[in-house]
Amino acid sequence: MALAFDEFGRPFIILREQDQKTRLRGIDAQKANIAAGKAVARILRSSLGPKGMDKMLQGPDGDVTITNDGATILEQMDVDNQIAKLMVELSRSQDYEIGDGTTGVVVMAGALLEQAERQLDRGIHPIRVAEGYEMASRVAVEHLERISQKFEFDVDNFEPLVKTCMTTLSSKIVNRCKRSLAEIAVKAVLAVADLERRDVNLDLIKVEGKVGGNLEDTELIYGILVDKDMSHPQMPKQIEDAHIAILTCPFEPPKPKTKHKVDIDTVEKFETLRKQEQQYFDEMVQKCKDVGATLVICQWGFDDEANHLLMHRNLPAVRWVGGVELELIAIATGGRIVPRFQELTTEKLGKAGMVREKSFGTTKERMLYIEHCANSKAVTIFIRGGNKMMIEETKRSIHDALCVARNLIRNKSIVYGGGAAEIACSLAVDAAADKYPGVEQYAIRAFAEALDSVPMALAENSGLQPIETLSAVKSQQLKENIPFYGIDCNDVGTNDMREQNVFETLIGKQQQILLATQVVKMILKIDDVISNSEY
Amino acid sequence: MNYQQTIGDMKPGKREREEAEEGRKGSAENTIDKIFKDDASEEKGERARMASFIGAMAIADLVKSTLGPKGMDKILQSTGRGHSVTVTNDGATILKSLHIDNPAAKVLVDISKVQDDEVGDGTTSVVVLAGELLREAEKLVTSKIHPMTIIAGYRMAAECARDALLKRVIDNKENAEKFRSDLMKIAMTTLCSKILSQDKEHFAEMAVDAVFRLKGSTNLEAIQIIKKPGGSLRDSFLDEGFILDKKIGIGQPKRIENAKILVANTAMDTDKVKIYGARVRVDSMTKVAEIEGAEKEKMKDKVNKILAHGINCFVNRQLIYNFPEELFADAGVLAIEHADFEGIERLGLVTGGEIASTFDNPESVKLGHCKLIEEIMIGEDKLIHFSGVEMGQACSIVLRGASHHVLDEAERSLHDALCVLSQTVNDSRVLLGGGWPEMVMAKEVDELARKTAGKKSHAIEAFSRALVAIPTTIADNAGLDSAELVAQLRAEHHNEGCNAGIDVISGAVGDMEERGIYEAFKVKQAVLLSATEAAEMILRVDEIITCAPRRREDRM
Repeated sequence: MALAFDEFGRPFIILREQDQKTRLRGIDAQKANIAAGKAVARILRSSLGPKGMDKMLQGPDGDVTITNDGATILEQMDVDNQIAKLMVELSRSQDYEIGDGTTGVVVMAGALLEQAERQLDRGIHPIRVAEGYEMASRVAVEHLERISQKFEFDVDNFEPLVKTCMTTLSSKIVNRCKRSLAEIAVKAVLAVADLERRDVNLDLIKVEGKVGGNLEDTELIYGILVDKDMSHPQMPKQIEDAHIAILTCPFEPPKPKTKHKVDIDTVEKFETLRKQEQQYFDEMVQKCKDVGATLVICQWGFDDEANHLLMHRNLPAVRWVGGVELELIAIATGGRIVPRFQELTTEKLGKAGMVREKSFGTTKERMLYIEHCANSKAVTIFIRGGNKMMIEETKRSIHDALCVARNLIRNKSIVYGGGAAEIACSLAVDAAADKYPGVEQYAIRAFAEALDSVPMALAENSGLQPIETLSAVKSQQLKENIPFYGIDCNDVGTNDMREQNVFETLIGKQQQILLATQVVKMILKIDDVISNSEY
Repeated sequence: MNYQQTIGDMKPGKREREEAEEGRKGSAENTIDKIFKDDASEEKGERARMASFIGAMAIADLVKSTLGPKGMDKILQSTGRGHSVTVTNDGATILKSLHIDNPAAKVLVDISKVQDDEVGDGTTSVVVLAGELLREAEKLVTSKIHPMTIIAGYRMAAECARDALLKRVIDNKENAEKFRSDLMKIAMTTLCSKILSQDKEHFAEMAVDAVFRLKGSTNLEAIQIIKKPGGSLRDSFLDEGFILDKKIGIGQPKRIENAKILVANTAMDTDKVKIYGARVRVDSMTKVAEIEGAEKEKMKDKVNKILAHGINCFVNRQLIYNFPEELFADAGVLAIEHADFEGIERLGLVTGGEIASTFDNPESVKLGHCKLIEEIMIGEDKLIHFSGVEMGQACSIVLRGASHHVLDEAERSLHDALCVLSQTVNDSRVLLGGGWPEMVMAKEVDELARKTAGKKSHAIEAFSRALVAIPTTIADNAGLDSAELVAQLRAEHHNEGCNAGIDVISGAVGDMEERGIYEAFKVKQAVLLSATEAAEMILRVDEIITCAPRRREDRM
């Protein structure tokens, strides 16, 4: 196979140690790749939609995750196949870019691959199939743009946003209190959003979880929550109108970076060193006190003596606060992070209306609330739940909801969910197919059929007759020429998605189609797989 | 500790699985070898659901026999060195020590742990209820009801059950005397299922007293439990003051009245120079002696500074070396070394002193006070007893008993009781016990099932059956005729405002209010909600993917 001969009949070696490698070529390679891609999609297919099921994943260390978030499932799945890894990448990129629809994108790609296989069986060249898909995806994205609707909302009227977030949350385990969680997510996003620039920095929203209580206790804190307590057990637990010194230097004697030695050879030196040390601690604390700080937050630890001095001078302090939290505190309180005691000034202090310590449950667990900050741009979502898995899953769900809200602020357009958008696109693509001369026409039709598979999976997961339901909705859309009809997953009795308030973001949907098409194109273009058989 | 007890055969047999895999491979039209890595496995659909149901039920059945006042204990043997043995009846402790392979079983272990952290008691009930819910769900699934429908039904039922409880709670917050008696009853109910049941009144009294001293705080750290083998459980006592399991330095007074105490956290060994990179470099022996002298001088200075506070007792978290100890003895000050961190914190709490680390400003350091410090003997050990303390927030409970195992179990039981009580002090709503709440909930839920249209009503009905399983188990464990008793109970509950429950001691249905069997509302609510949540979580799963176990390097 991989042997070539020069003009003297001597073989060139093109692939080293050929016998140790397995190789798949041509149509076999494509078929194998498609099968692998489909296998991954098959796993996720049953997680789609509000009635989708969860997956239980047992990690390499025996830890258990229960989720129906596509990106999480794929990431933890311990996948070995190269093409399957591509699918994992696909859902990850949807997660990074949009945050939601990670399951949908994989199901979509799986359907496209399935259709492609059929075209290959007909003898259509993979490249032609890929090009047909490309054209079809362009048609679909344009059509989405056309059927999308502008969504009007502002800071006071955020009801539409809440509804969209509810659509996202309804497919998660937390759908019991989707309303309150959606409100929390929207309020959080609005609190940090820059409506002028239409941008939201999600870093400003911190999602913290603590086991215990129940989901209804989840709250939005206009401030910061730090999983730390006061450094000395007898410091005050509540500080009003706090002036916060944010330090990244330890309350310890200085440690110069350069190597040095202090030699003690006389008693006097010993004495002076001792004095200096004491003085040093004293100065540090005094410095903080002088600039008017009423709370010290430090990234590092304190020496016992410094700790007591702080306590003694009535200056509460928190130690070992992580770098990210420290930054958030600085942003929220409008303070500056001070790396040296000498640079501490009154202006650099952060301000917060209320700092308090709160304890939970029967164990000695405390957390520090920093509220009413000078700059209210940082918020914390504090999740409570029955067990650790629940909290992790809620965190993921909230993350999705936050992303959706952010996308809506970036781009106000929405399309209707419940498969309505896919069906509309499918119709549009099907209609467009006839305009293209050439073999691509078939690929475009295949694309339309693949689009149908998302509503089909939705119907299947909801316990409806998939083919029957889909064809009914399709004909309804076509007859009335309204792109709002979708699958009635929750058995409400209507399939008008406007009435059910099932929305999705336009960019999310567009991204799904584009990403899925791209990956499928990539997979179709592979015609040779060389791998070490040792693996 | 590493306890080894594997739950065998929770996964479908290996051969079966291999066959299934082969079948899948055969039917796949193509030549994909595998998507997952070696050793990773995947269970789908029915099979996955089976695996998780069986795992969860096995766990529930495991702890089931410990439920109720006549529940049995379990022996856990560690695989670690010494094969140490624990005898317990506490659900959380049992489950924590198991090595479990089944992911669904892990969910149940997790909820029991959370129940322990949050409310302290009901760790067995929550697992048993979740197990029963899944058992019922399995039946429904086999009769072709979709898991999502079951979940919807369970949710409605749980909501309804909670409302039913809320309607029947008793709140005696206003009436201090009644509230105290409520607490006593709760404590006794909690303790009666434990090893302490013989002396439950004694211990209930102790627990209630201790919790009242906390004055509403839930920080159980302030209650110190000291275990001393010897004597009998009845000899255990609550001490108003504070007991420190330490010895008094040699040559120091053994008894101090009107003590002024300085609580400190400071180095009293060689006080190191903290400036980085400092080291001593000398060139002659005399210099060494000089430096040593200076060091001693430094320590002496420190001791003098401490003495300048006008104290007669000094408690330090860290070691006190012989030299300063001698100095303290000379000054007639009682010096206690190496009290651990919690000890120091509690001492600060009870005596009202601040924990000091610098001693330059004697006038502004708050000292702790107590009327009397003396050395006492419990069994053969000497302990230091602080009595007549200012702020009575902390206290000590001294447990006596025949062996370490008994003491450990007694501590766990007492801890459960203390947790429940401290939670009840904050949320003073109480319920009757002895299967009463379950029957009340079951009745309401049954009614809801009758009113609900659609497939959900099957699930709601199943929920009520699962609730009834708890009194059934309690009766079974006591060796009573559960079918007869539960039927009787159900009939009684048909009357409005009935207080009937199962009295295990007399083995009959009786009025729970008369017999003083009470439970905390918060515990019951947590059991109900977490069990439903866990069951829901397991029901939603339709696929289990197990990654290859991480390979450990051979350290041998």
